Amino acid sequence: MITQIICALLYVIIAPFLGGLLAGIDRKITARMQGRIGPSIFQPFYDVAKLLNKQIMKINNMQYPFALCFLIFVVITGALFFGGADILLVFFTLTTAALFFILEAATTNSPFSVMGSEREIIQMLAYEPMMLLVAVGFYMANGTFSVAEIINAEYSSILRMPGLFIGFLYILTIKLRKSPFDLSTSHHAHQEVVKGITTELSGRMFAFVEIAHWYENVFLLGVIGLFIINASWWSIPLALVVIALCYFMEILIDNCSARVKWNLMFRSAWLVTLIFGVANIIILQYVLK
Amino acid sequence: MENIFAGLVLFPFLIALALVFVKTNTGRRITVYSGCGIIMAAVALFAGNTIFTGTTRTAFPSTHAIDMVMLCAEFAIMILVVVLSTKHKKHYCSLLSIAQTLLIAYIELTKPLHEPVAHVVSDRLSAVMCLIVGIIGCLICIYAVGYMRRYHEHHKEYADRRTFFFPMLFVFIGAMFGLVLSSNLIWIYFFWEITSVSSFLLIGYTKTKEAIKNSFRALWMNLLGGLAFAIGIGICVFKLDVYTLGDLVASTGDMAVLAVCLLGIAGLTKSAQLPFSRWLLGAMVAPTPTSALLHSATMVKAGVYLLIRLSPAMTGNYAGMIVSLIGGITFFVASMLAITHSDGKKILAYSTVSNLGLITACAGVGIEEGAWAGILLMIFHAVSKSMLFQGVGAIENTTGSRDIEDMHGLICKLPKLAVIMMIGIIGMFIAPFGMLVSKWAALKAYIDADNVILVCLLCFGSSTTLFYWAKWLGKVLTHVAGVKPMTDLTTNGQWVSMWIHAALGILLCALFPVISLLAIEPMLHEMFGSVNAHILTVEDMIIMVLMLFIIMVIPFISKILVKRFPYKPSLEYMSGINMGDNRKFDDAMHEDKKVFLAGWYMEDMFGERKLWIPSVAVSTAVIVIILIMAVGGAI
Repeated sequence: MITQIICALLYVIIAPFLGGLLAGIDRKITARMQGRIGPSIFQPFYDVAKLLNKQIMKINNMQYPFALCFLIFVVITGALFFGGADILLVFFTLTTAALFFILEAATTNSPFSVMGSEREIIQMLAYEPMMLLVAVGFYMANGTFSVAEIINAEYSSILRMPGLFIGFLYILTIKLRKSPFDLSTSHHAHQEVVKGITTELSGRMFAFVEIAHWYENVFLLGVIGLFIINASWWSIPLALVVIALCYFMEILIDNCSARVKWNLMFRSAWLVTLIFGVANIIILQYVLK
Repeated sequence: MENIFAGLVLFPFLIALALVFVKTNTGRRITVYSGCGIIMAAVALFAGNTIFTGTTRTAFPSTHAIDMVMLCAEFAIMILVVVLSTKHKKHYCSLLSIAQTLLIAYIELTKPLHEPVAHVVSDRLSAVMCLIVGIIGCLICIYAVGYMRRYHEHHKEYADRRTFFFPMLFVFIGAMFGLVLSSNLIWIYFFWEITSVSSFLLIGYTKTKEAIKNSFRALWMNLLGGLAFAIGIGICVFKLDVYTLGDLVASTGDMAVLAVCLLGIAGLTKSAQLPFSRWLLGAMVAPTPTSALLHSATMVKAGVYLLIRLSPAMTGNYAGMIVSLIGGITFFVASMLAITHSDGKKILAYSTVSNLGLITACAGVGIEEGAWAGILLMIFHAVSKSMLFQGVGAIENTTGSRDIEDMHGLICKLPKLAVIMMIGIIGMFIAPFGMLVSKWAALKAYIDADNVILVCLLCFGSSTTLFYWAKWLGKVLTHVAGVKPMTDLTTNGQWVSMWIHAALGILLCALFPVISLLAIEPMLHEMFGSVNAHILTVEDMIIMVLMLFIIMVIPFISKILVKRFPYKPSLEYMSGINMGDNRKFDDAMHEDKKVFLAGWYMEDMFGERKLWIPSVAVSTAVIVIILIMAVGGAI
C-alpha cells in the first residue's frame, strides 16, 4: 500500500518533467526528420513558463474551471495507474478528464474551438472500444484488473495479447494527437482547424492544458509499459526500450502522413478494434484459457 | 402484510377515483399533492423497514374470492380492448387480448390451487422496486400538475382530458405496486395487463392520428408479451405444477426453461427491447409526464424487474441466451441510433431502450454480479431519466422546442433548467456517477460469465453512448454572447420535483457503497443463495466517492476563480472577421452573417434507415431460433 502511494506521488511530481522533456525530444527529432536543427529539448518548459506569466483572455467564465478540471482529472488518472489501481477505473477516469476538455471548448461557442471539441468526441468514439477491450484483455490474461498485480505476473501480458497491443498502438496515435489522426487540434495553426479545440485557450489556462497533455502522454506510455512488465527485473529496461521504439514510430508516422478525414479515422479504428482487439479477446477466451 | 398490500395497491386507485371528479386546478393540485405525499411516506416506511430488518413478509394464502374478482376485471379489460380496437379497426389487438384472457380464465377455472400458497411476498427487491415506483412515480405526478396546466395553455388544439389523465397515472402506480409485491403468477399477470392497457390509454391521450397509431402499436406489442406470459403460466401450471414466481425460479428441467423463456419474452416486450422497441419510441407523442412515467419509474421497469427476478433461473440456458443476447444487441444498436436524432425526447427514448438493454443483459447472464449491476442500473436510471424527461418537458413548455439544437446556449437562456439537464446528463455516463459505476460492474459480470459477445457489445456501445451525451451536454453548456435569460414558465411543483430528483441523484452516488452493502448484497443473498465477496472493492468505491467530492466542489472553485481572475472579455477567433460581438462575421459580400454552429448526427453511418431493418431481423431471428430450440428441448 505504501509503495503504491509513493509511486502515485512520484508520478504526480516527476511526470510533468518527463512529459515536457518528451515533448522537447519529439520536437527535436521531428525537426531533424524535416532537415531542420530544431529548438532545444527544453523549449516546451520555456514555452509553458512564459504562458504561466501571461495575462488570461477569457471568452466566458466556464472555460477556466473546466480547463483546470481537465488537468486535475488527468493527474488523478495517472496517479491511479501508477498507484496500481483497477485499470478499468483508470480508463473511465481518463474519459471523464477528456470530457472536461471537450466541455471547455464547447462552452466558447467559437467556430474553430467547437469544431475541435466535436472532432474530439468523434475521436473518443473511435478509440474508446479499443481502450476498454485492452482493459478486458489484461483481466483475461492475468486474472486481475489491478495494475499492481498485473506487473507481478509471471509472463509479460503482451505474449497473450499481441493483437490488443497492435490495436492499442493504433489508437495511441489518436490519443497522442499525432498525424494522421490529429483531427481535433494541430501543432500548426496555419491549417484548416487552426488550433482546433485549443483555439480559445490562452495564458495560464493554456499552460494547464499543456501540462495536462504531458501528464497524459506519460500515462499513455505507461500503458505500453504495462504490456511488457512482469515479475522479473529485466522486464523494466525492456519496457523502456519498447516505449522508446513505439514513441519513435509515432513520431515517424506523424511526419510522413497527412491528416485523414474523420470517417476514415473512425472506420479504420473500429475495424482494427474488430480485427485485432475482438479476435484477440476471443482467442484469450477460447484458446488460451 | 395483507393491510400493507391492500393499502399500497388500493390507495392509488382511490386517489384515481377522486381525481375523476375533481375538475378545478386547485382541487386537483391539492388531491395530487396530498395523495402523493401519503404514498411516498407509506412507501418509505414500508421499504425502509423491509430493507433494514430484512424481513420477508408473505400474505394471502388462499384467495378464491379475490381471484374471481380479478378474473372479472380481466374480462372487463378485454371488453375495453375489444371495443376500442373494433372502433379503430385494429382487430389483431382484439384477437391477442381475447386469446390470452380465455387462456388465463381456463387455467384459473380448471386448475384451482390444491394447497395454500402465499400470493404476496415482499422481500428486499420488492421493497426497492416499491421505492422506485412510489418516490419517482409520485414526483412525476407532482410535476404533471403544473406541466399539464401549461401544456393545455400552449396546445389549445387538444381536448383537455385531465380528468382522465391524472386518474390513469395513479392507476398505473397502483398496478405497479401490485406487480412488484405479487408472487402468484396469475396475480402478476393481472397487474401486468393493467399496466399494458393504461399505457395504451395514456399514449393515446391527444387523440391525434399519430397518437392513436402509436398507442395501438404499444398495445399489440405488449399484448403479444402478455400472450407469451399467459402461455408461460399455462406451462407452469399444467406441466410443472408451479403457481408462484419463486417456485418457478427454483424448479429445474427443460420444461421450466421453456416457461422462463416465455416469461423472459414477455419481459423483453415490456422493457421495449428489440424487436419490440418501436412502441416505446412512439410513446413520446404523449405529454411528457407520461413519457417520464413509462421510461423511468413504471412500465419498462416492470419488464426488467421480472427479468431480474428470473435471473437465477437463466444461468447458462436457452432463456439466458435469448435475454442476454437481445439485451446486448439492443444496448449497442439503440445507442447508435440515439446519435442520429436531434429531438431531445427521442434521444432520451433511445437511451432508455439502450440502458434497459444493459439491464436485460445483466439479468440474462444469470450470475449474482450481473444482478447487482442490473439492480443498481435500474435505480440510477430511474432517477436520472425521470429528471431528464422533466427537464426537457419544462424546456419545451418555456421555449416551445425540445430539439437539442435549440438548446444551444441553454445555460444563458434558462440557467436553472440547464443545471438540471447537466446533472441528469452527467449522471448518465460519466465516472464517478451511478450509471458508469453500474456499467463497470456489468462489464465485470459479463467477463466472469465468459460471455465474449456481451463484452464486445458493451465496449462498442459505451463509446456510442458517450457520443450522444457529450454532444448534448456541450450544447447545453455553450455560452452564447448576447443571449438574455428568458422568463421561466416552470411552476413551483415542477421545480420541487426536479430538485428532489437532482438531490436524489447525487446522494445516491455518494451513498451507493452503503446501499450496496445494506440493500443489494443481502438481496442477492436471498435470490442466489451465495454472494462472492464484494463486486467492486472497497478501495474502488472510496476512490469513486472522492472523485464525486472533487466534482462537487467545482462550482465553488469556479466561483473563487471568477473572483480572482475577473471576467476579461476577449473576442473569439474567427479568422479575423469577427464583427466584434461574437455573434456575426463578415462574409464574402462584406455583410454581417450570423454564426451558426450545429452538432454531428452522422445519419448515413448510424441512421435508422440503415440500421433498423437489419437489427430487427437479427433480434427476431435470435428470439425465434432459440425459442424453437427451447421448445424442442422441452418436448
